[in-house]
Amino acid sequence: MLADPAAPARSPRTRPASWARPGVRLAVLGAVVLVLVAVYLFTGVPGRLAFALEIRSLTVVAMLVVSTAVGVSTVVFHTITQNRILTPSIMGFDAFYVLISTVIVFVSGSAAFLAFDEITLWFVQVVVMVAFSALLFGWLFGGKRRSIHLMLLVGIVLGTFFRSFTEWMQRMLDPLDFQVLSDAMFASLTRPDETLLVLSAVLVALGCAAVVPLRRTLDVLTLGEPAAVGLGVDHRRVVMALFAAVSVMIAASTALVGPILFFGLIVANLAYSYAGSFRHAWTMPTAVLLGMVCLLGGQLVLERVFGYGGTLSTVIDFAGGLFFLYLVLRKGAR
Amino acid sequence: MIALENVTKRYGGQTVVDDVSLTLGGEGVTALIGPNGAGKTTLFSLVGRLVRPDAGRVTIGGLDITTTPSAELAKSLAVLRQENHVAARLTVHDLVEFGRFPHSRGRLTVEDRAHIEQAIDYLDLDAYRHRFLDELSGGQRQRAFIAMVLAQDTRYVLLDEPLNNLDLRHMTEIMRLVRRMADDLGKRVVTVLHDINFAATWSDRIVAMRDGSVVADAPAREIMRPEVLRAVYDTDVDVREIDGKPVALYYG
Ligand SMILES: Nc1ncnc2c1ncn2[C@@H]1O[C@H](COP(=O)(O)OP(=O)(O)OP(=O)(O)O)[C@@H](O)[C@H]1O
Ligand SMILES: [Mg+2]
Repeated sequence: MLADPAAPARSPRTRPASWARPGVRLAVLGAVVLVLVAVYLFTGVPGRLAFALEIRSLTVVAMLVVSTAVGVSTVVFHTITQNRILTPSIMGFDAFYVLISTVIVFVSGSAAFLAFDEITLWFVQVVVMVAFSALLFGWLFGGKRRSIHLMLLVGIVLGTFFRSFTEWMQRMLDPLDFQVLSDAMFASLTRPDETLLVLSAVLVALGCAAVVPLRRTLDVLTLGEPAAVGLGVDHRRVVMALFAAVSVMIAASTALVGPILFFGLIVANLAYSYAGSFRHAWTMPTAVLLGMVCLLGGQLVLERVFGYGGTLSTVIDFAGGLFFLYLVLRKGAR
Repeated sequence: MIALENVTKRYGGQTVVDDVSLTLGGEGVTALIGPNGAGKTTLFSLVGRLVRPDAGRVTIGGLDITTTPSAELAKSLAVLRQENHVAARLTVHDLVEFGRFPHSRGRLTVEDRAHIEQAIDYLDLDAYRHRFLDELSGGQRQRAFIAMVLAQDTRYVLLDEPLNNLDLRHMTEIMRLVRRMADDLGKRVVTVLHDINFAATWSDRIVAMRDGSVVADAPAREIMRPEVLRAVYDTDVDVREIDGKPVALYYG
């Protein structure tokens, strides 16, 4: 065709500089994570190294499970809902998980709760959660497009409702039941229960096994529903499958360390800026590794610098809350 | 062929597409014209399986669009939408690559790359291929979306107002491209146009819609008559013959 007078003189077809390449960026991030893991495992050992290593490696595995679950599920959730502010946690996914467990204890009592075979209990909780969230999000996102501000409102109202309802029921529990419940719900990152860790890891792996083959379809979904349908994506079916995977992964992570409201928001948005590509093959692992940096870095600073034994999630939620406000205000200003 | 049989679509109480039976996708270029709100975009959405009809049936190449897998249909039908908005930061090249998704499911073959190069070349986008979409002018972005449709390489191509945002030269270029797609590549192109002179010059058949119904369907020359245009647009249009071609004058 004709030469375009407005065209830049030379076609910039040269390969981008190495730092701009997503592979290089991901590798750098991976190296940072490895260094942090080494520092966390081998420095500041109070007693016997072997003993410290055993406990700490469990913590590192727990962090990896949580980072993977939250990182992958948040990126997927952002893509299918076509927004970058709402996350499963903000929409009350993990609050709902806590609610289910609370209801079980509330209705049956802690004795029955404990008498349940752990795996069966898990299975029941996960199934209920996946079924419910598929229904809820099918209803919210399946039909016609709604304004993101309305969704934000609905999400926050739902999340608050789940949390308050849970709290209300927990107040009515007798102290023993409550103790059992909080042990089950808020196992800490630094002392993960081994059985739960294995179960969570399995569920997160299953979630990833469902999501990873769909990574290219997810890329197409960034174009929005109409374009994706035009390119032959069975939108309804794919989105439902992805919602199910998201629910499973959030359930796993919540059971392990309890809800961390704004963690996903931070890692996903940092990943979009850092990854250097919109493709999910890059953004998802980047989000996971950034999650590891946050958790490991945060834990190191808390533990070694401030000698603080408190929960990391409080710190993450504080920072994340500020970040959330920033994102909402910035979007609103546009 | 794309066949609509007694297709009706209502929004609330308003009937937007009213019992339309129409066959599109014959050889050459078909222009779809009509005033704002006539139902042109809705008709495309019905064919593009974005909107379910309240009554009636749509088939593409004999396949019922409600029972045929979407992935199958995407190999024979490509649609350029009237509004295109992408939230993610994509380059022109990324976008055009997506046009190959129905064929490659995201793993590009040598053949896919050839189609991508050809589309970028046809739309005069080589200089912009690594630019992000939000760094382009409206017309450049429009061309990028057309390139994606072209790369999809389907037998049937629906273009909803492809001339949006284009300058004089690129309007003509796109219509020439549309003609070439039909004549050289054997594609069946249906395109919504607001400028009836472009429709008359470049298309073989014009279908006119108004209030959800087809009010005229004839070779281009027969539509270019003041009484027909008046019936479609409810406004007086003077038609003159210039160099043996009918030209509508509606500039004031
Ligand atoms: N999602 C919707 N909900 C309600 N009404 C709608 C919807 N989409 C379209 N309409 C109505 O349907 C009618 C036809 O709309 P359509 O977009 O098909 O018109 P069009 O012929 O493409 O017009 P234009 O030339 O302005 O693009 C309009 O009156 C419009 O208001
Ligand atoms: Mg329209």
